[in-house]
Amino acid sequence: METELDQRIKAVAAGLEATLGAVEVERITGDVPVFKLTVTGREELPMFVTQAQSQLLCICYLWTEADIAAARRTALLEAMLDLNVAIPLSSFGRIGDKYVLHGALACDAGVDDLTQDLLALSDNAVDALVAMADYLV
Amino acid sequence: MSVFSKILTALRGSAREIGESVVDNNATRIYEQEIYESKAALAKAKQDLTLVMAQEKAALREVERLNKEVSRFEEHALAALDKDQELLAIEVAGKIAELESERALQEKAASEFAQHITNLKELIQQAGARIREHERELAVAKTTESVYRATESISQSMGSGASKLGNARESLERIKQRHTEMADRMKAAEELDAELGSKALEKKLAAAGIGEQANQQNNVLARLQAQRKASQPAAPTTAQPPAADDGQATI
Repeated sequence: METELDQRIKAVAAGLEATLGAVEVERITGDVPVFKLTVTGREELPMFVTQAQSQLLCICYLWTEADIAAARRTALLEAMLDLNVAIPLSSFGRIGDKYVLHGALACDAGVDDLTQDLLALSDNAVDALVAMADYLV
Repeated sequence: MSVFSKILTALRGSAREIGESVVDNNATRIYEQEIYESKAALAKAKQDLTLVMAQEKAALREVERLNKEVSRFEEHALAALDKDQELLAIEVAGKIAELESERALQEKAASEFAQHITNLKELIQQAGARIREHERELAVAKTTESVYRATESISQSMGSGASKLGNARESLERIKQRHTEMADRMKAAEELDAELGSKALEKKLAAAGIGEQANQQNNVLARLQAQRKASQPAAPTTAQPPAADDGQATI
């Protein structure tokens, strides 16, 4: 059954397409509902939207611990902290061994706010990967 | 311990795997129960507060009424004294003393109610703060749990095939390459478009007898015609072959 959030995500995807090109939406079933948004040309950096308690989280997985050059790990973490405040609408984070960029919105965030957050997240993720490439193996 | 410290402790407590519960579900339930009970206690305290405030008001009203009564009887006592009715004055004084001791009781009650109100207000504030703190703690814990569960679902969905979370550097290279390819394609398309566009236009211009190509054609024609004219100035018709000339034939 299509929920209100499904509809909102579809509208958001349509909004993203206007700027980023084709966007594919997929619903991942599991304990918590997750939506996967894949932007054509950025297939390696899909974005995931999930409702977590009192907020909507937009997450993009960047790299894992295994990707980090061991000798430069501290420098990478510092660089992430230094950048964190300046990154528009997204922040670095880590879930298990996976490093992420994420944006958080109130559960009732509108289509425009979500679109803006995801647009920033997608651009930020590409930028982050380029900027941090030197720290990765 | 702050909420964040607790979460960090939970996350670092053991070599946890994605999918494993971050928060002790039992603890979460106890927390929820605590919040529920605190809220009930808060509601009860608020109800008590309104009751005590009403009681305080009633006591103060009674004090005011007694004050008026005391004043009224004092006037009566004075009037009795004025009229040398000493026995009556003594009786009235007795009544005044009675009213005054009742007033003292009401004043004491009012002050006790006031103290009770202060205590209840403090209690309500503390309970409210505790509920907010518990709720925040629970929200952080549940969000953490939710994020880990979502990541588990995502990991499972990416478990096989090309969509698996690959090597970051390779991902970057692929994205960069795709961007370069796209930029190249766009450039090529632009160039092709410009080329085709200008050729098509030139053709149209030429057809209309305008432009370099058309002019060149006209110029060549004119030159040839002029050349021909010059070579046979007196020829009456074009049907006859031009006169053979050894000098011209070697050209």
